[in-house]
Amino acid sequence: MKLPHLLQIEGLDREQITTILDTAEEMEAVGQRELKKIPALRGVTIVNAFFEDSTRTKMSFDLAAKRLSADTMAFSGKGSSTSKGESLRDTVQTIAAMGIDGFVIRHKGSGAPQRAMDWTGLPVINAGDGMHGHPTQALLDAFAMRHALGDLEGKHVAIVGDLFHSRVVRSNLHCLRTLGAKVTLVAPPTLLPPGVRDWPVTQGCEITTDLDAVVEDVDSLMMLRVQRERMSGGFFPSESEYTDGWGLTRERLARLPEHAVICHPGPMNRGLEIAPEAADAARSLILDQVAAGVSVRMAVLFHVFSGGEGSAA
Amino acid sequence: MTPSKTERGAESLSTGAPASTDDDSRVVLGSDEIARALRRMAHEVLERNKGGDDLVVLGIPTRGVYLAQRLAALMSEVEGREIAVGTLDITFYRDDLRRNPTRKMEPTTIPADGIDDKIVVLADDVLYSGRTIRAALDAIGDIGRPRAVRLAVLVDRGHRDLPIRADHVGKNLPTSSRERVHVSLAEHDGIDEVRISGGAR
Repeated sequence: MKLPHLLQIEGLDREQITTILDTAEEMEAVGQRELKKIPALRGVTIVNAFFEDSTRTKMSFDLAAKRLSADTMAFSGKGSSTSKGESLRDTVQTIAAMGIDGFVIRHKGSGAPQRAMDWTGLPVINAGDGMHGHPTQALLDAFAMRHALGDLEGKHVAIVGDLFHSRVVRSNLHCLRTLGAKVTLVAPPTLLPPGVRDWPVTQGCEITTDLDAVVEDVDSLMMLRVQRERMSGGFFPSESEYTDGWGLTRERLARLPEHAVICHPGPMNRGLEIAPEAADAARSLILDQVAAGVSVRMAVLFHVFSGGEGSAA
Repeated sequence: MTPSKTERGAESLSTGAPASTDDDSRVVLGSDEIARALRRMAHEVLERNKGGDDLVVLGIPTRGVYLAQRLAALMSEVEGREIAVGTLDITFYRDDLRRNPTRKMEPTTIPADGIDDKIVVLADDVLYSGRTIRAALDAIGDIGRPRAVRLAVLVDRGHRDLPIRADHVGKNLPTSSRERVHVSLAEHDGIDEVRISGGAR
């Protein structure tokens, strides 16, 4: 399978997603060896262009590329020519002119990775763009859950919290539903994206503001970070009220089915959307998600950057 | 994903799905001959190794895996104890990854004791350019450090691109480079058979 790029989960079918996850299994095995490196992308130069702050995604992509023997260059918006006013277009075209093979891009503007691809003609992997999508996060979440729960067909996943600002939720919805999972969205009324009930991908999903009504019925509870930095107005009266209504508290943790797992894309606001007991519980996949990130990104890089012209998709 | 049929020098050209019977293909090894060849190879491996000590048979997907399992079973029978067997996927190690469609990966499974200081016998169906074996040697180097690596193939059809030779061969089959060799194995194709086709015209 050859992927020309990875801008979003939308458009990938079940077979493609499964192939990426299966490849990630093999990549995980590479990560467990004494020599954690394979020559698959030797001679490929990838630029990690992070116009927006990130720790885990950036390091995870960098490690993934290095484990595949690719050469990487890092670019961050801060301290670069963008702070002198250089446009995204000039920046990516300048980097592309150095003879690189492709980009991993994170940008606060939705659609920036697509534009970068249009401007440079190079393959681009979206590492999170604005409120649009975060495809590798969705894939790594699915990977970690598949590990813990088995095939996701028919499994019930509740995505809880700040849906309004989350790019993770859109990508996850597509990914999970393509894999056959049942998804319930839970959020305070003010943090439900406008028109969410009319999105094609939410058709057939339950959308509720009542976390207590679903907590006993889930196989996986995915808590989202309250994105304080993106909140200009008051989306809820107080933090304690948010925790009472939509946090994974000790009480709710006790009500989760025994086999159910907990996910959080990080970074966490401990005590706000997730209690420390839940974050550190044995059934918490939070660190598994981080580990899965490297394997899944290796798989995505492999499918995008190996395979020649004319490869079948 | 089926490998490109036009790629030059790749091992995959020499194997693949069974040949259709309506062309000029002819059977060069039947089921009994394959069984005899494998039995002889199993004895050869044991003789060369002076028994089954420290042997690990690694099959290269797809059909090499079944050959490895059969060889290990035959040797286990002779030795009266289990001979370790595993699979070695070489997809990541191919030197044509950038030029050809990516292949479907198969799992790499190494016996629990690993391959350090072991005698690894690589098993594959057809030896052709040698590029698959070169990739396999790279893959092995990343997994451990065996005492020695030997190569067992069902068919050696010549036309090497690299200085690689097999230690144990089921059948040497001189071919023209225009010919195709098709190996079918019961576990994968429902029949044990080696056919050769093309090149006559």
